[in-house]
Amino acid sequence: MTMDNEKAKVSSYTDYSEITEQDLGQRFRVISPGRMVAKRFFKSKLSVVGLAMIIFVFLFSFVGPLIVDATWGHGETEVFEVPRVSDMLTTADFKAPDGKTYDYYDKSQTTILYKAPLSGTHWLGTDTSGFDIFTRLMYGGRISLMISFIVIFLETVIGVFLGGLAGYFGKWVDMLVMRIVDIFACLPGLPILLVLSAAISSIEAIPAEHRIYYLMAAITLMGWTGVARIVRGQILMLREQEYMLAAETTGIKAFNRIFKHLVPNAMPQLIVNATLGLGGVILYESTLSFLGLGVPFPRAAWGSMIALADPSRGQEILANYPNMWVPAGLLIVITVLGFSFIGDGLRDAFDPRMKR
Amino acid sequence: MGFFDRFKVKKVEGVDDTMYLTLREERQITKENTKIIREFERQKNRKNVKEEEYLTQMKDPSNVVEFDNLHTYFFTEIGTVKAVNGVSFDIPQGKIVGVVGESGCGKSVTSLSLMQLVQAPQGQIVDGSIRYLDSSGKCYDIAKMPKDKMLEIRGKEISMIFQEPMTSLNPVFKIGEQMDEVVLLHVDGATPESAKARSIEMLNLVGIADVEKIYNNYPHELSGGMRQRVMIAMALACDPRLIIADEPTTALDVTIQAQILELLQNVKDKINGSIMLITHDLGVIAEMADLVVVMYAGRIIEKGTVHEIFKNPKHPYTIGLMKSKPSGDTQDDRLYSIKGQVPNPINMPDYCYFCNRCDHAMKICSEEYPELVEFSPTHMAACHLYYGKGLLEQKKGKE
Amino acid sequence: MWKYFLRRIALSLLILLGVSALIYLLTMLMPADYIDNQTSAAVQNGSMTLEDVQRLKELYGLADKSFTGIVKSYAAWLRSTMSGDLGFSFLYGRPVTDVLADYIWISFMIAFLSYIFQIIIGIPMGIKAAANQYSGYDYTVSVFAMAGTALPSFFLSALLMNVLSIKWGIFPLQGLVTATKIFPADAHFQILLDKVWHLILPITVLTVLNVGGTMRFTRTNMLEVLNSDYIRTARAKGLSEQVVTYKHAFRNTMIPLVTSLSGMLPGLFGGAMITETVFAIPGIGYMALRATRQGDIPFIMGYNMFLSILTVLGMLISDVMYMVVDPRVKLS
Repeated sequence: MTMDNEKAKVSSYTDYSEITEQDLGQRFRVISPGRMVAKRFFKSKLSVVGLAMIIFVFLFSFVGPLIVDATWGHGETEVFEVPRVSDMLTTADFKAPDGKTYDYYDKSQTTILYKAPLSGTHWLGTDTSGFDIFTRLMYGGRISLMISFIVIFLETVIGVFLGGLAGYFGKWVDMLVMRIVDIFACLPGLPILLVLSAAISSIEAIPAEHRIYYLMAAITLMGWTGVARIVRGQILMLREQEYMLAAETTGIKAFNRIFKHLVPNAMPQLIVNATLGLGGVILYESTLSFLGLGVPFPRAAWGSMIALADPSRGQEILANYPNMWVPAGLLIVITVLGFSFIGDGLRDAFDPRMKR
Repeated sequence: MGFFDRFKVKKVEGVDDTMYLTLREERQITKENTKIIREFERQKNRKNVKEEEYLTQMKDPSNVVEFDNLHTYFFTEIGTVKAVNGVSFDIPQGKIVGVVGESGCGKSVTSLSLMQLVQAPQGQIVDGSIRYLDSSGKCYDIAKMPKDKMLEIRGKEISMIFQEPMTSLNPVFKIGEQMDEVVLLHVDGATPESAKARSIEMLNLVGIADVEKIYNNYPHELSGGMRQRVMIAMALACDPRLIIADEPTTALDVTIQAQILELLQNVKDKINGSIMLITHDLGVIAEMADLVVVMYAGRIIEKGTVHEIFKNPKHPYTIGLMKSKPSGDTQDDRLYSIKGQVPNPINMPDYCYFCNRCDHAMKICSEEYPELVEFSPTHMAACHLYYGKGLLEQKKGKE
Repeated sequence: MWKYFLRRIALSLLILLGVSALIYLLTMLMPADYIDNQTSAAVQNGSMTLEDVQRLKELYGLADKSFTGIVKSYAAWLRSTMSGDLGFSFLYGRPVTDVLADYIWISFMIAFLSYIFQIIIGIPMGIKAAANQYSGYDYTVSVFAMAGTALPSFFLSALLMNVLSIKWGIFPLQGLVTATKIFPADAHFQILLDKVWHLILPITVLTVLNVGGTMRFTRTNMLEVLNSDYIRTARAKGLSEQVVTYKHAFRNTMIPLVTSLSGMLPGLFGGAMITETVFAIPGIGYMALRATRQGDIPFIMGYNMFLSILTVLGMLISDVMYMVVDPRVKLS
């Protein structure tokens, strides 16, 4: 036994023939780039939480109405009159002629049809107009999410086009486009949006249900400059790269050369930018709705639901009916926060050097 | 197009899909790493550790530093990188020890381990010891030393010069401020005046002409060579027992390189300290070092005096290095280049790492890792070629 | 270097010119009958004549919607704006500049105090979070910071009002002075205290909304600095982690921080529209929102122009500050 081992050892010292040509460089296993991004994204707890939040809001706003339709049949603008007896007790004290102070009670009963409390059929009650709050939260979410996605899509398209134009042609085109970008970036966002919304709502040629499209256009107008800057910056950076020179020597057309490399280079940045931008648009939209300049009544929007609590219109709802406005506010926070978590996670996942 | 391609699973001819880690394996790695790292960090962050825990004895009191079986690992997302994998060598008092090897062979990590500056929390010293003899004759094990105690050694007893002089100085502080800081920190009873005097003295020592002006300059106002001189002056400020020079001349012009090396040689004699010189430039080693350590993929493959290594290299890798060095006497021959590349340091095999690039590889080379073979009390190499001299003789006889 | 500044200023003026044209065009979208609505009362009681109304319409491009008409009226508006005359507010019955001058101070007070709180809360938190990246502290602070940024101002205001004003009655609900209290004329301190008491909630809202941004900005820049070579040098010198973080790293993080924070200063005069309105604080934002709702075109234009000037000024200031803080960029 031992002899054999000894022999084997001796032969292995002298045997030149059986060298394994295995490359040591291949001995370890790596992760593919796409999987690496996915892995880094899912490794961060915050991005997973953000994803869960957004999925929840999406299901709530888009699948929720279907379920409500099928079960209760509540609609967005359906009025529910839930009679409720309310005792009204007024007291006052007065000084009687005998010099003593007396308390005066007046008890009256009224029947309220709206502002129903929470119940089995109206989970969050009804609001001042008798609409079911829970159902309206879903429709409000639908509007908010739709607006934010369309606006971000338009902003990206305009930004990529104009930024691409500036970066690709350079010279006076660049000069012109970038000055336009400067000007738009300098406009005060909210005040101008207010002016535009006021203008939109006052023009009679625009039917109320179409105002929302003009509103989207207005928000887009205020937000495309960021994308244009990113795309232009990327193209200018690409032009400096050595491999572009290498590509040029092979005779590839300038347009193909730049756009082939631009897409993978700028895409991560654009995706992150868009994700973070979604939350911003939702905040804008809800602010406009809060001021009554967004989606027109009687359609639901989260902002206008919170507007019920505006103390300038009386404190009753602010103080006594948190069920009318708190859920809408929480949904805004969940959505915006969800988008920021995802955006942040994506940024770290795409570019680990930039780790937040 | 290209962007979305990244997410697709590509089927490439001849490439096995098992090359990629599965999600479960990745999670496993991450989970284990977190556990290991947490334990090491807890150890390092302990407060009020008794001195006995990290006091030890030098093997040879004439050494300043003794690395003994040092293991420094990086726990990364795709596996453990054994950057330093069982390194042992000594730095004698007053000598220059050159550490040479290709990039990524672990030479910088060895020196950073000595300073406890390995990029935490991924990088950790997992095993072995670094014995250090301080000026008062006490011997510490740096691998076990708590963080707060280490602050008294860094910059005072052991100082370090980095590779990139352009980025190694803080851009918002004047040269003077950055230099005074070291003196004020480590010298008892130092005043701003005495610190300035010391800084000026050091700047003079490293051969800077207009000292007062440089003292009040910001780093960006100096050239790379000047900045490296400032770094050296800063390293000298507290008369360190050991200077670690991590590729001090790599980023400099060739003419400046020679000046900086000469400067290092001179200052070493003046302060009677030792230098651990890390470089991949054999010319620098030949000129400067007394002892040479050759590293390959996290291990020492050969060590000896500069004479032994250059005149009588044993390990095929060292031989290759010597042959690939341009010198005056080889005229028309092309420079020799070692075939292949340094292996990726993740999941290293347990046999000789060099075997796939070696001209003399044998079957045993891909079976087990060779022990160090001693050629003289100072000269050793880790190669199967020299195991049992008889075998080698026998082999030669056959040919 | 001066040439660079002159160019920057010239560019800023060019941008402002473009902004003014854009604002003018956008405001023109507002329907003309606003002016009729707004002025009818004034015409009836004789404080305005029909000619005045016509002149106003011309000035705001509402009378003649042809191209030359627009250009002409824009030129007229630009001329009067350049001479410092922003027109006459319908709603407030005073020159726009007077209204601005009166109401920006209370807005500035609120915004400035919240700015100070943002700095003293946000920066230390950002530094600590960066120094302990991925620690529990880092996660907690980052989540709270992002939650603050995700809150709509009106929702946060309503929540605070519900709890602190109505339920607990600690703070007043709205307004700047307590209407039911009558102070003696010489009780200046009490009047001031009363005002401050009213401002606490609005300042809290603005601080919660914005502190996250400052914190995240500090953290990002601090992380970048902490990874640089000179921080390794500082550690190699034997400096404690405290000194490395708060002296060597923070002094470098200061550069982007000071640059961006100083650029925010002019904007503090712009007013916080929604917050001021919800709390009924008579600041410039509140006045502007009222004016916008009522179609007070001169005020809207004047206010938007004012905001754009503040933005441009902010950019110039951060440019100058960058040169002041970063020793690498010095006027030679």
